[in-house]
Formats: sequence, C-alpha cells, structure tokens
Amino acid sequence: MATTVLTPTTTRARSGLYDWLTTTDHKKIGILYLTSSFIFFLIGGILALLVRTELAQPGLQFMGEASYNQFFTMHASVMLFLFVIPMLAGFGNYVVPLMIGAPDMAFPRINALSFWLLPLAGTIMMLGFFLGGSAAEGWTSYSPLANAKYSPGVGTDLWIVGLILIGTSSILGGINFLVTIFKMRAPGMTMFRLPILVWTILVTSVLVVLGTPVLTSALIMLFIDRNYGGSFFDPANGGNALLWQNVFWFYSHPAVYIMILPGMGIVSEIIPVFSRKPLFGYKAFVFATCAIGALGFSVWAHHMFTTGSVYLPFFSFMTFLIAVPTGVKFFNWIATMWKGKIEFSAAMLFAIGFLTMFLIGGINGAFSASVPVDFAINSTYWIVAHIHYVLFGGSVFAIFGGLFYWFPKMFGVKLNETLGKIQFVIMFVGFNLTFFPMHELGLMGMPRRIADYSPAAGWTDLNLVATIGSFIVAISVLPFLWNVFVSLRSGERVGDDPWEANTLEWATTSPPPPYNFDRLPEIHSERPVFDERHGRSLPASGH
Amino acid sequence: MTAGANALTAVPETGEDILDVSFLADEHARSGISNPVLGMILFIASEVMFFAGLFAAYFNIRSAAPVWPPTGNIEFDLHPHLAIAGFLTIMLVTSSVTCQLGLWAIRRGDRTGLVRAFTITIVLGVLFLAGQLYDYSTLGFGINDGPFGSTFYTLTGFHGAHVFAGLLMLGVILYRGTAGQFSARHHDAVEAASLYWHFVDVVWICLFSLLYILG
Repeated sequence: MATTVLTPTTTRARSGLYDWLTTTDHKKIGILYLTSSFIFFLIGGILALLVRTELAQPGLQFMGEASYNQFFTMHASVMLFLFVIPMLAGFGNYVVPLMIGAPDMAFPRINALSFWLLPLAGTIMMLGFFLGGSAAEGWTSYSPLANAKYSPGVGTDLWIVGLILIGTSSILGGINFLVTIFKMRAPGMTMFRLPILVWTILVTSVLVVLGTPVLTSALIMLFIDRNYGGSFFDPANGGNALLWQNVFWFYSHPAVYIMILPGMGIVSEIIPVFSRKPLFGYKAFVFATCAIGALGFSVWAHHMFTTGSVYLPFFSFMTFLIAVPTGVKFFNWIATMWKGKIEFSAAMLFAIGFLTMFLIGGINGAFSASVPVDFAINSTYWIVAHIHYVLFGGSVFAIFGGLFYWFPKMFGVKLNETLGKIQFVIMFVGFNLTFFPMHELGLMGMPRRIADYSPAAGWTDLNLVATIGSFIVAISVLPFLWNVFVSLRSGERVGDDPWEANTLEWATTSPPPPYNFDRLPEIHSERPVFDERHGRSLPASGH
Repeated sequence: MTAGANALTAVPETGEDILDVSFLADEHARSGISNPVLGMILFIASEVMFFAGLFAAYFNIRSAAPVWPPTGNIEFDLHPHLAIAGFLTIMLVTSSVTCQLGLWAIRRGDRTGLVRAFTITIVLGVLFLAGQLYDYSTLGFGINDGPFGSTFYTLTGFHGAHVFAGLLMLGVILYRGTAGQFSARHHDAVEAASLYWHFVDVVWICLFSLLYILG
C-alpha cells in the first residue's frame, strides 16, 4: 500500500495570532476551547467568591440584594454554560479525532464557528453588568420571576440571547462529534474499540442534539413573553408557569449528564493508565453510558416534585434507576484499580478525587430522588451541596485530571507533578470545607439564593467555614496557573507517550502534526498503543 | 486533493484482512451516507426537537384552556383562512416534489434538470412566504393576544423563518448548480438541502392540520 505523504500547502508567512484566529485545526480549536473556558472558570470563580464573601456573616456587608442576585445567577450561568460544557467539548475537540485516528473533525469550519460563538455569547451575557444589571433570577429563570414585570431590564434578554448562541454552538458541536465518530474512524477502529472517552462524548452529543434545541425553544418563548407581549408562561393571561419548568428541565436535566459523562470518560482514560490495567468491563461501561443517556431524558420532573403537578412515582423511580448504571461504572473503576500497580500522579489523584467526591454527589442526590425527603430539602443548601459535589467534585476534578493527563500531548511538556499534587491537596480540602457544611445548612433549613440570614438561625459558623473553604479553593488555582506558566517555559520535555498509555493519541508526536498521524498502529483492540508497545500485532483471542 | 489523500497510513504488515480498505477508497464508493448528509440528518433531528418544544407548549396551553380557540375574539376562528392556507400547503408540497425531481435529475447527472427544478422550487417557496405574510395581514389578532396569538405566531413564524433558511440553502445550491459544481457523483449538498426542504414541508403539514383544519 502506498504511503501518502501529506505536504502542508499553506506557507508560514501568516502571523501566529492570525493563525489562531482563523484556524480550523481541531487541536488548536480544542486549545482555544480550553483556554476560553478556563477564563470563564476564573470569572465564575470570582463571582462565587463575591457570593461567599457576602454570606460569611449575617447581615449585608458588601453588596445589596440586587447585586447578590446578579452574582449568583451569573456564577451559575458562566460555570455551567461557559465553563463546564465548553471545557469538556474542548477536551473532546482535541482528543476525539486523535483517539479514533482521524485527521480532523468531520466539519472543521463548523467546528471553528462552534468555538467562536462562545466568547461572543459570553460577552453578550455579561454585557448586562454594564447595562443596568445582568440577569438576576437564578440560572433556572423560573416564570413568573423572569417575566418583564419582575425582571425588567435588558440583562435577562441578553442572558437569553447569549444562552441561545451557546446552545447553537453546542448543537453544531454535537453534530460534528457524532459525524466524526460515526464516519471518520481509522481502519480497524470499530465501535467497540472506541476509547471510553469517545463513547461518552458520543452519548453526550446525542443528549446535546436532542436536548439543547428544546431549551432554545423555551428561551425563545420566554423572549417573546418578555418583549412581544406573549403569554406562554403567564398564568394571568392564559399561559402556564409550569410549562417553563417542564421545557427548561427537559434540557437542563440531560445537561447534567452533558456535564458529567465526558468527565467520566476522562477518568476512564486516566485510571487504567495509572493502574497499569485495562479498564474493567469495557462493554458494561459502554452500555452503562448509553443507559444514563437514555434515562437522562426521563427524569427531568424530579426538579419539580414540590410543584405537585408531576407524576411522582414515575419520576422518583426513574431517578433511582439512574443510580444503577452509575453504580456499574463505579464498580468498573474500582475493579480497574483493584490489585493494579497504581501510580499516584497528579492526573490520577484528580481522578480518584473525582471518584470519591462524585460518589458523595451521587448519594446526596439519591436523597433528593426520594419524594418525601425532597419535599423537606428542596431549594435548601442541601441542593447546593449536591450540585457542587457533582459538578465540582465530579466535573472539575475530572477536568483538572484531564489537563494534567493531556497537557504533554498538547504542548510536548509535562505539567509539574509536585505543583499538581499541591494543587490537588489544597483544592480537595478547600472544596470539602466549602460544600460539606452545606449539607448541614440545608438540613437546618437554610434556603439557597439568599443574601442575608438571621444571626439567631444558627447558620453563621457553617457559613463562615464554607466561605473560608471557597477562598482555599481560589488559592488552589494559583499553583495551577503558575504550573502552566513555568511548564510552558521550561517544563520537562516528553516523547510521544510519556504515560505509557493505551489510546491512539499517544501514537503520534507531542504535539501532533497538523494532520495528526504519519502512521497509525494496527488496531485490534480498544488499546492499540498498548498492543503495539507489547508487540501484540494480532489479538490474543484471535478472531 | 485526490481521493485517499487524507488516508491514514495504517501499515498492514500482518493481518491485512482486518484492514478496512473501503476507508481508503473513493469517498462516494464507500458504503453508507456521506458526512454532509449525516450531518444534515442530525441537524434536522435537533430541529425536530426545537419544534417539539414549541408544539409541547401549544398542546400544554391548549389542553389547559377551558375552550379552544379561546372566546372573546371572533378572529381566533381560522376556518375562514382555510382556503388560502390550503393553497399555501399545496404550493409547499409541490415545491417538495420539484425539489425531489431536481435531486433525481442530478443523481442522473442532469444539471439542467437540477437547475430548472430548483428554480421552480425557490419560486414556490418565495410565493409561500409571500402568501403567509398576506395571510398574517388579514388576521384580526396579534402575537400579544393571549396564548392563542402567542402560540399561533410563534409556531408559524418560526416555520416561516425555517422556510426562509431553506430558501437560502436552495439559493446556494441553485447558484452552485448553474456554476456546474454538481455531478452524478458529487452532489452531497443537493441531497442535504433537499432533506431540509422536505423537513420544512412536513412541519408545515403538521401546522396546517393543527391550526387551520383542527382549528
């Protein structure tokens, strides 16, 4: 067979900046995604610190309720839509084509469009701060609170427009991932040899393509209600306030899986490599991922138990059911580590952090799945604890694990392991200090989204602890920023495969050439690079 | 770039049998649908979910209303508009047929047939939009007239916007068709655009049945 030589036709005359602004290379776009998302992570983090600072003591010390409402609303919106979702899409962008042995995504220019919509949308969303106040009705934007009467001002409209653009970016990205995964796989890369991360991105993309447009429709109806006298969500005018909740959660519950499944995928790449074992139960893991995706569309109304207008037994049962495939995954991860030769690298520490913290997030979520318990703890700090154990303890730990794991591939240098471990310890402590007390606060009845509370309520000490914890989390980001800076300048140079990993992205150079691969190893299993390293040119089982 | 230029060089030293050689073959010789067509199908899936959200809102509000159409405005009865809406429906369905004829033409390599059929399709599409705007102008209620007005204009308005987007697509196809860019082997964009146009047509048939016939 002839070896095709690829010669880049573009000259190097263009400036580096112009190249980054106009690139359609999935690797560069992936890095753009990661960078942009990390900036939004810092912005969202600052907003969180503002919220926590105000809550440290009873009374209003630093800001009025109006500002407070804007800060917690935008904290959630930025973290969910401009950090976690695009961050994971960034990993997908960088890694998926490499993992399946493709030269790029299926639609490179649409890929660039998907990315560039994000900074635009983020800017539009945050413009509200400078135009009389941003959205301030919570990221859930419940009606009638979000209508023109109770949320006047352009902030909410900008929030809606920004979110529609982010949704468009997500949908285009999801379509791109699906076509890439279905059509661009290298010879021998069958569906059941796809790395787990690719599977999780695949299921995530299905959720995005089917769920996000429903949110778009909800946002458009809200926009019409607010600006053109529509009456979709206004009960006084024949509309239905619960309609918003139904349509909103129809997307926003699957969105939770959009935000966690790729995290599970990242962890599933890291744990086998640093346990020196194949992932236990590959197919079970794939089916569990598909099951979570499918069940994800049947549980949205568990956010609406207390409305009294949803069929409680069904949604409660389905919610509990989701624990089953998730439990399968936990079994897989633990069985993978079992008797493995575990190497506690920074990436592995974050992966283990994910396992432990996401487990708590799953368990405290199961409490809310129980209808009678949910009636007691709905809209309390218990829910805040739950969502942060899932999205910080889960997604964010997975994201940092992924950054430490793939940084050498992206830049040809390792991040400093010692700094990484220091960061992990500080972040782990700060995270638990911030969010564990919130369980207790929730059980004591502290409602979320309040700026002030009575000194007599007995919530002061725990709130102070949480605030201290949040600043420790903030401090933990500093070693990471320093780490990136020094590593890019003078980090340890690495070869193609510094971790002795399994998947195809480690078969090419670090960083890979624009066309990704000069040659591919033969693919006989879900661990082609492992097979090649150990001279297993044909599958041991032989089929 | 020649076919297979992006072929990754898996070196089959042993076990040539496992090599999926079709990957290296000409794109159109490969089994299965092409990337643009698959992308369009997925995009249409997302569009279906978008309209599902709007339809869900319509049914939710309608089922909760004591009477539908709501009393108080005689204009809410859309049956007098059945004739013009029916005429618009016939035009849009016909445009789907001509669109498909154009696709069949280019599958045979008949560029003239493609251009002719898509010109008719675009004319019918433009007439549909003009007719819809005319119908709007004769309606005695607005988008702010309660849930009936909100749902009616949102559903039909966003459908109209999709017709407009479809027309832009068809326009690009027509331009490229006249430039001779399509052939019997290379016409993925025509396939994709025609799928989208049929989707827009189907949405309208649902809307027509629901809003005008059922009332």
